[in-house]
Amino acid sequence: MANVTLTINGIKVIVSKGTTVLDAAARAGFFIPTFCHDPEIPRFGACRICVVEIAGMRNLPASCVTEATEGMVVNTESPAVAEARKTILEMLLANHPQDCLTCEKNGDCRLQDYSFRYGVKGPGFEGKRHEYPLDDSNPYIVRDMNKCILCGRCARTCAQVEGRAVIDFTYRGFDTKIAPPMDTTLAESDCVYCGRCLAVCPVGALTYKRMAGKGRAWEIEKKPVTCTFCDSGCLFDLNIKDGKVIGVTAGSPGQGRPLCLKGRLGLELLYCDDPADPQMKRDGEFVKVSWSDALGLDGVLDKIRKIEGK
Amino acid sequence: MKNLMDKCCDKCTHTAFFPCKDYIKCRKEGPICHQDEACKQKRADFLGDIHLAADSDKRQVLICAGTGCNSSGSGRLVKKLQEELAANGLADKIKIKITGCHGFCEQGPLMIIEPLKTFYTRVDENDVAEIVAKDLIGGELVERLLYKDPNTVETAKTYETVPFYARQKRLVLHNCGHINPEELSDYVASDGYFGLTRALFEKTPDQVVEEVKTSGLRGRGGAGFPTGMKWGFVKQAQGDKKYVVCNADEGDPGAFMDRSVLEGDPHAVLEGMAICGYAVGADEGYLYVRAEYPLAIQRLKIAIAQAEEYGVLGDNIMNSGFSFHLKIKAGAGAFVCGEETALLTSIEGNRGMPRVRPPFPANSGLWGKPTCLNNVETFANVPQILRNGGAWYASMGTEKSKGTKIFALTGKVNNTGLVEVAMGMTMRDIIFAIGGGIPGGKKFKAVQIGGPSGGCLPDELLDLSVDYDSLTSAGAMMGSGGLVVMDETTCMVDIARYFLTFTQSESCGKCTPCREGTTRMLEILTRICNGEGKMEDIDTLDRITRVVKNTALCGLGQTCPNPIISTLRYFKDEYIAHIQEKRCPAGACTALLTYTINAEKCKGCGKCLRSCPAEAITGEKKQPHVIDAAKCIKCGSCITGCKFNAIERG
Amino acid sequence: MTCQCGHAHNDDGAKQEALQKAMDKYKTVKGALIPILQEAQEIYGYLPKEVMQQISRGLSIPFSKTFGVVTFYAQFHLKPRGRNIIRICQGTACHVRGASKVFDGVSAKLGVGKNGTTQDLRYTLETVACLGACGLAPVMMVNDDTHGRLTPDKAAGTLEKYE
Ligand SMILES: Cc1cc2nc3c(=O)[nH]c(=O)nc-3n(C[C@H](O)[C@H](O)[C@H](O)COP(=O)(O)O)c2cc1C
Ligand code: SF4
Ligand code: SF4
Ligand code: SF4
Ligand code: FES
Ligand code: FES
Repeated sequence: MANVTLTINGIKVIVSKGTTVLDAAARAGFFIPTFCHDPEIPRFGACRICVVEIAGMRNLPASCVTEATEGMVVNTESPAVAEARKTILEMLLANHPQDCLTCEKNGDCRLQDYSFRYGVKGPGFEGKRHEYPLDDSNPYIVRDMNKCILCGRCARTCAQVEGRAVIDFTYRGFDTKIAPPMDTTLAESDCVYCGRCLAVCPVGALTYKRMAGKGRAWEIEKKPVTCTFCDSGCLFDLNIKDGKVIGVTAGSPGQGRPLCLKGRLGLELLYCDDPADPQMKRDGEFVKVSWSDALGLDGVLDKIRKIEGK
Repeated sequence: MKNLMDKCCDKCTHTAFFPCKDYIKCRKEGPICHQDEACKQKRADFLGDIHLAADSDKRQVLICAGTGCNSSGSGRLVKKLQEELAANGLADKIKIKITGCHGFCEQGPLMIIEPLKTFYTRVDENDVAEIVAKDLIGGELVERLLYKDPNTVETAKTYETVPFYARQKRLVLHNCGHINPEELSDYVASDGYFGLTRALFEKTPDQVVEEVKTSGLRGRGGAGFPTGMKWGFVKQAQGDKKYVVCNADEGDPGAFMDRSVLEGDPHAVLEGMAICGYAVGADEGYLYVRAEYPLAIQRLKIAIAQAEEYGVLGDNIMNSGFSFHLKIKAGAGAFVCGEETALLTSIEGNRGMPRVRPPFPANSGLWGKPTCLNNVETFANVPQILRNGGAWYASMGTEKSKGTKIFALTGKVNNTGLVEVAMGMTMRDIIFAIGGGIPGGKKFKAVQIGGPSGGCLPDELLDLSVDYDSLTSAGAMMGSGGLVVMDETTCMVDIARYFLTFTQSESCGKCTPCREGTTRMLEILTRICNGEGKMEDIDTLDRITRVVKNTALCGLGQTCPNPIISTLRYFKDEYIAHIQEKRCPAGACTALLTYTINAEKCKGCGKCLRSCPAEAITGEKKQPHVIDAAKCIKCGSCITGCKFNAIERG
Repeated sequence: MTCQCGHAHNDDGAKQEALQKAMDKYKTVKGALIPILQEAQEIYGYLPKEVMQQISRGLSIPFSKTFGVVTFYAQFHLKPRGRNIIRICQGTACHVRGASKVFDGVSAKLGVGKNGTTQDLRYTLETVACLGACGLAPVMMVNDDTHGRLTPDKAAGTLEKYE
C-alpha cells in the first residue's frame, strides 16, 4: 500500500495511506486524548476531544476520523487545540457530578486524566445539569447516566453482537441519553449483563456492582484470563487486591467475541477467593440462585449423561 | 384531447410505454410527426387558454392557493367565485386558475385577473360579488382592492407595477403564481421539460455538467458550493448505483422559498433532478420534504404522478434510454436533518445524526452509494440553464455569485414576502426599494441574514452587495436566504438569544461542543437579558463561540455561534448596557424594563389600574396613579390602554 | 393492546389491520422505519409501546433503535395527544411580532404548558420552529389550518371552533 509523509509537531512521519492522524501521531510518539474513539468499533467522531490543528484547514478537525495525507502539517498541542480541549472538558464537567472522591472509577477515568493533563479544575460553566435516577436495578451493572459523556461506545459495542443492541442513543440534543427501549432500567430490558459496555466506558457511568467498594483502581492488579467455557475464548481480567482475587471483569470486547455473564460468573467461581452468590432473573425478578443453576451446569451434566448413555 | 399533454389524434403514438423523443416540442409546436392543421389548431387553442394573449378579450382569474393565502381564506374565495360566476352565467367563460405562492403572502389572499394582470390584494369573500360585477362584467377596476404603497400612497393597477415586484428579477419564481402547479400542461406551456429534452438529446452527460459549470450556479442551500463541480464529482465517482437527492427540509426559521417553489412550480424541481440524474448517471432520486409542508408534499405527489403518466419521468424517458424514478420522503421534525449527511442517515431510517465527512456524499452517500444532493432552489435553476445556456445564466449576478437568489424578507419591514433579485443587489435596495422600508417611521437597526447560522449586519453595511463572499466576510452567511429586518426596538442580545434557543433545541446531541456548548451559551445570554450578566460573560462567550465554531462536528454546531459573534462584533455596547447598567437600550428585554407613570400627564382615569393583572397600580380617582415596581410583572397592559401616554417604559 | 383510557376499543382490530397493511406496503422498501412509524402514528394517534415493538419485529430492527428514532424526531409521540393539535409558531418573524404573548395567552386559557394536553383530550399545545407563513406573523396552526395575524385574544377565540 502507498505511503504518505506528514509532519507532526515538527517531526516527519511516514505512514501507510488510510492511517488516521491519531494513529500517525501515536507512531511519532505523540499522545492525543480520546473518548469516543475505539479501534474495534466503527468510527464515530463525536466527542471532539481529539481535535488537532492542521495547516490550511478552517476548523480543528478530529484526529480520530481524519486521514493523514501527503504533506500534511499537524500540531497536536497548539494554543487553539489546548483551549478547545480545555473548554470541552469544562463543558463535560459542567454536566457531571463532582464526586470523584467516591467514584468507583477514580484513578481509572479518562475525564480525570485529561482534566489533570490540561489543568482543568472543575466545571467552567454554571447552569443546568442532568438529574437522572441511578439505575441500580440489577445485581451486575450500575448505570449512572449523570456521569455519561455520551461517547456512545457502550451502545456501539452492544450492537456488535448479533441480536443484542439492548441500549442505544435516545432523545436529542442536551437530553440525549443512552438508554434501553422505553428509557427503562437495564433490569427491565433484554440485557444479558455480558459487561461489554462496561469494558469500554471511559468514565464512571458504568460500573460493576459486584466490585463496588472492594478496592480502588490503583490497589487492583489486573490479570488477563481466557474463558474456556465455550469456543469463543473471550478475554476477562482477574482483579487482584492484596493477593486475593476480588472479582472478574470483562476484558476488551473484540469484534466477534460475545462475552457473557455465564462465562464471567464461571470464572468468578473458579478464581475468586470469596465469590458472592449469583443471581438470575426469574419471572422478572432477580433472585439468588445456586451456582449450578447460574452456570446451567445441570443441563451440562444431563447432556454428558445422555452422551454416555446413562 | 383533454389537455395539452394528450395526443391530438391517433397518429400520435407517444405514451409512457412507447415514448417519442419529440414529445415536449410537439406539444408546443406540433404536431411534428404528421401535418394536420386541425391538430395544430387544437394545440394552439390549449396553449392560448393557458396563457391568455395580452389583447385577448377572454378573462382568467388567478387565485393564490399557497399556504399563506390559503390560511387567509383563499379556499373560500374560490368557492364563492365559482358560485358567483355560475349565478351570472359566466361559469364556462371565465376560468379560475389556482396558483402557487406569489411571495406577497402578507397581502393575501391575492387575486390576479389576466390578461390585464390586475392585482387585487387581501380579497375577502365579501368582495367577490363586486369583483364579478364591476371588473369581470363591467370592465372597471375595484380601486379599493388594489395595492396601495404605504409610503407614497399610490395604487398599483397591475401586479408588475407594485414596487415590491418592480425591482425583482423573478427567474426561479417566474412560474410561481402564474401557472397551475397541479397541471403538467401549464408547466410545459411555459417551456417546461425543454431543458430535460435538450439535455437528453443534444448533450452528453459530461456536456451537461460543463453547462452547469459554465453557468456558475452555486448551491442555494447554504454553503454555496459550485453545483457543476459537485455534479462532476458524483459523475466521476465509481459505482453501479447512484442517487440524486433533493434537500427540501427547509428548516431555517423565517425561510419559505423552497416551500413556495415546491407548491408553486413543482415540475421545475423534478426536471432539475432528472437533468442531474442524467448528468451524474443516477436512475433514482429522493425528495426529502419537511413534514410541516403537507401542501408541498401533496403537490409533489401530483406532479410526480402526472410526469410519470405522460412519460417525462420513469423508464426510458422520451425514448432516450434514460430512466429516472423519484420518491418522496417526509421528514419527521428535526432541523438538523437539513444537514446533508443527517438527511441521508434519516432517509435510511435512522436518527438524523450527522456523519463525519469525508467521505462526502458524492463518493459515499445514501446507502453508501455516490449521491448528488442539492437544494430545491438549486435544482429549480437547472432547467433554465439547460434551456438558455450556461453563458446566459452567468451573465447575471456578480463575478463569483451568478444568477438570482430568493430571499424571505420578514420582520420590521413594510412589505414582507419572498423576493428574488439578481445577486449583488445591495441590502439597502432589498430592504428599502423592494421591502418599502421600516414601518411606523422607526429607525433601521440591523438585518439578520442567513437564519440561525447567519449574522446580524448593522446599518453601516447596508450598501453591502448581497452575494456569497461579501456576506461571509462580513460575518453573516447567505444561508438559505432568510432576511429579518430589525428596527430600534429590537434588542440584539435578545435576537442572539432567540437564535441560540433555536439551535440549542435543534442540536442533535452527538458531539460535545454543540450539545453542551449551545446550552451554556444560551444560559449566559439568558442571564444577560435578565440583567444577571457579568462582564466576564463576554469573555466566556468569546471563548465558547470560538471553540464550538472550530470543533463541532457538523455545520449546525460550526455556525450556531454566528449570531453571537456578529452581534458582539457590531453591537457590543448593547451587551455592556445590559450587564453594567442593567438596561436594555431597545426596551425589549422584559426583565430590565421599568414602568412608571408620569404624574404630569396622568389624569387619574383609572384605566391602567383596572387593566393591571398584578394589581401593581394604585391611586385615587382624578389623582396621579403610581406603579409599585415590586409588584409589576412588566406585561405592558397598562401602557397599551393609556389614552394620555402617561405611562413610560424605560 | 392495553389501553388505559377506559373505553372499549372495538376499533383495535381495524387499527391492527391498517398497521399490518402499512407494514406489508413497506416490506420491500429500504429505509422503511420512519414512514411506517409515521403511518402507525396516523392510525393510533401516538406510538404505543406494543406498536413500536411490533414494527421492530416486523422490520427486524432492534427495539432500542426504534425507540431511539422515535425519541429523536419531534413528530413522534409516546403519549396520546389531544384531538386538536395547536402549534404556535416561534419563528423569527413571529417572535418579533409577539408570538410568545400569543403562546402565553393560549397556555393560560387551556391551563396547559408546552407539549401539554388538556384533561379532556381536546387540545394539545405545542410550539413549532417556523410554519413558513411569516408574512402573516404571528401564526399558529390548529390541525391543518393556519391562522395568522394573531393576538392572544384572537387566538383564544379561534380555538373555540375546534371541538
Ligand atoms: C444544520 C443545517 C441545516 C441545513 N438545512 C438545509 C435546508 O433546510 N435546506 C437545504 O437545502 N440545505 C440545508 N443545509 C445545507 C445542506 O447541508 C447542503 O449543504 C445543501 O443541501 C447542499 O445543496 P446545495 O449545494 O444545492 O446548496 C443545512 C446545513 C446544516 C448544517
Ligand atoms: S451488559 Fe452487554 S447486553 Fe447489557 S447493555 Fe451492556 S453490552 Fe449490552
Ligand atoms: S455510558 Fe460510558 S460508554 Fe456509554 S456513552 Fe456514556 S460514557 Fe460512553
Ligand atoms: S454540531 Fe450539533 S448538530 Fe452537528 S453533530 Fe454536533 S451535536 Fe449534532
Ligand atoms: S476521540 Fe475523536 S472525536 Fe472522540
Ligand atoms: S401564499 Fe399567496 S402569496 Fe404566498
